[in-house]
Amino acid sequence: MELHDVWFVLIAVLWIGYFFLEGFDFGIGILTKLLARDRPEKRVLINTIGPVWDGNEVWLLTAGGATFAAFPEWYATLFSGFYLPLLVILVCLIVRGVAFEYRAKRPEEKWQRNWEQAIFWTSLIPAFLWGVAFANIVRGVKIDAHKEYVGTFWDLLNPFSILGGLVTLALFTFHGAVFASLKTLGDIRERARVLALKLGLVTAVLALGFLVWTQASRGDTKSLVAMAVAVLALVGAIAAIKAGREGWSFALSGITIAAAVAMLFLTLFPNVMPSSLNGAWNLTVSNASSSPYTLKIMTWCAGLATPLVLVYQGWTYWVFRKRIGTKNIADAH
Amino acid sequence: MDLALAPETLARWQFGITTVYHFLFVPLTISLAALVAGLETAWVRTGKDKYLKATKFWGKLFLINIAMGVVTGIVQEFQFGMNWSDYSRFVGDIFGAPLAFEALIAFFFESTFVGLWIFGWDKLPKKIHCACIWMVSLGTILSSYFILAANSWMQHPVGYRLNKATGRAELTDFWRVLTQDTTLVVVFHTLTAAFLTGGAFMVGVAAIHLRRKKHIPVMRTSLRLGLVTLVIGGLLTAVSGDSLGKVMFKQQPMKMAAAEALWDGEKPAPFSIFAVGDVAKGHNDVEISVPGVLSFLADNNFSSYVPGINDVNKAEQQKFGPGDYRPNIPVAFWGFRWMIGFGMTSFAIGLVGLWLTRKKFMLAPGMRTGEDEVPNLVLFKSTALGTRLTKWYWFFAVWTLGFPLIANSWGWIFTEMGRQPWVVYGVLRTQDAVSPSVSQGEVLTSMIVFTLLYAVLAVVEVKLLVKYVKAGPPELSEADLNPPTKIGGDDRDPDRPMAFSY
Repeated sequence: MELHDVWFVLIAVLWIGYFFLEGFDFGIGILTKLLARDRPEKRVLINTIGPVWDGNEVWLLTAGGATFAAFPEWYATLFSGFYLPLLVILVCLIVRGVAFEYRAKRPEEKWQRNWEQAIFWTSLIPAFLWGVAFANIVRGVKIDAHKEYVGTFWDLLNPFSILGGLVTLALFTFHGAVFASLKTLGDIRERARVLALKLGLVTAVLALGFLVWTQASRGDTKSLVAMAVAVLALVGAIAAIKAGREGWSFALSGITIAAAVAMLFLTLFPNVMPSSLNGAWNLTVSNASSSPYTLKIMTWCAGLATPLVLVYQGWTYWVFRKRIGTKNIADAH
Repeated sequence: MDLALAPETLARWQFGITTVYHFLFVPLTISLAALVAGLETAWVRTGKDKYLKATKFWGKLFLINIAMGVVTGIVQEFQFGMNWSDYSRFVGDIFGAPLAFEALIAFFFESTFVGLWIFGWDKLPKKIHCACIWMVSLGTILSSYFILAANSWMQHPVGYRLNKATGRAELTDFWRVLTQDTTLVVVFHTLTAAFLTGGAFMVGVAAIHLRRKKHIPVMRTSLRLGLVTLVIGGLLTAVSGDSLGKVMFKQQPMKMAAAEALWDGEKPAPFSIFAVGDVAKGHNDVEISVPGVLSFLADNNFSSYVPGINDVNKAEQQKFGPGDYRPNIPVAFWGFRWMIGFGMTSFAIGLVGLWLTRKKFMLAPGMRTGEDEVPNLVLFKSTALGTRLTKWYWFFAVWTLGFPLIANSWGWIFTEMGRQPWVVYGVLRTQDAVSPSVSQGEVLTSMIVFTLLYAVLAVVEVKLLVKYVKAGPPELSEADLNPPTKIGGDDRDPDRPMAFSY
């Protein structure tokens, strides 16, 4: 395995980390409208991710930075090609981060409700758009001989990519509902479980359609295995939440995300961004990557830093492992 | 295409706007993290309430500020690929590496530990809680180091070779990129300026309260801490700025000449205080200058030769082919002056404040004040005059609170625009760095969106800061005074409200 292959795997791992972690915090954001009945419940939900959402988001920044360093051509084509969707995602992430931090900084109800609206929309829109983006990467977009994207914004909206967007939206919301049932107490926990079950079934239908489509059009044996893992884990997650085993369900919904993302990357390899115009113009792990020297340095850095990151981020989840309910949320500020 | 709306022009404006905006928050974040960490350490060591109150007060302002720093930072990372894809293709090998290091080593650190710090008041023993804010501080400093190493490479490319086959720059010596003099000096200058900024902010905010004789013990402590930080920061900023000038003179003679509006080389070269130039003709119509000072700034020698704009332009034409290699001279000239002027004014006010509020004084022993009294300015024996002067001093201190922010912004505008027309000095021109596949409409859209969004957020941020500055330090609760002794908090009452929640 050459270093650029290693980095292909590492970037897949970073995206898996991002979707696993921010997946449930996007889900929680969406659930503030779907699950919470009143404002204290909204606050319970928001506070389940309070200490961790910022750290979760860094997985995206790292995926972006690592792509820049390890596959500059991919980074350049992807980010300039998907210009407007990325703009929307950026705006959402800006408003979302500020919304979490500023919502409780003023007591007025109107102020807080506005930020709550913001949290809902800025969680929902990226959850959908990431699926659209990844479906397009897998499907292939109009890339010319100079590695430039020559399609338009509207080329990015096609049945396959829209289905992909719906899948990530449903999957993240399901993942979030399971997380909510794992992290809350009392009435809201019971309702989170019921809602998770329903969301799980919707997710299963959408995801099965998308994964089978992907497998049929560009899969191989490896991707089939990944797909099987994703589907089985999803079924397991639904069964576990039905049985009231919240921890198992969360682990399994996480595995679903990991396996589904792995499947997408497996169908891509050795391409990183295929061209729909001409197979000779595909961006591949070898023609889009950095020099071996840069990759070597990056490998050292990632090898040393990643275990450390996992340890201290894991520790954070352990410190805040207790469930919270409406009684734990103070009234005033 | 209309030049004013050409994608390159728009992408440059967008880069300028988003960078300057991002950099309003960064220096305050860096310095406040360390200052809050210092205050919390003082609390852990002494157990004094005033330190805990100060920690909470400055901590809140820090959090309002870091939130904006973080979210605007995301734009910075993404816009290289969005607006400058040919730049990204060309330098990803080199520029991408420190950026990825920054994310892997610094961002994870900062964001994870800031979460622990915000929500951990009732979950962590106080020493561990205090360690978390130190981790955040370390994260901010590491972050600035890696991003400045990347930027320094653009100012002075080292440790790479051009691969003719792929048309890309390839890294050959990462260690040199991380340790070249440009990087080290710029990191030193940026960090010291950050502490100047945080110190001035602290002094200004403390002065607001002391003027009104409110929250005196906390604000007295803050004032002294702010003054010391401001003065040390200011002094080191001047020292590091001088070293940076010398490095710049060697590496980017055009920038130095532009900063001085020195059209033709001189020996010895004067430092220009004021100039009105004619860019088309390449000379100054009006100029006031101090002889020899520029030679000293550039080369440590009052009689050294300093090449002028026209000389460097000719030299670069010979080296790189025909073209205009002059940056925007008025922006460079005035940017340089505003950076120094605003930064040093704030420093001077700090110096005066530190002298006047000193404890050991000879002039006016009767002016010494207690812990819970507003400190007097100890210049005169007359109490009446001292009090009036004190009030004037508070007025100036509040006013100059924002001066370093202006200085920082101009510093970056100067350093980035002074390098034009190059994006990577001597290697890649800005016009060759933009994304060819991005349309004018797209860049225009994103520029309008970001500018409007940033304007709205600026209003929100300033209003919040004002609200929390005015509110002053919080009263301490039972939970604050009895921090947990084990990790995860204790189990006495599962329904106990969280010490902090959104």
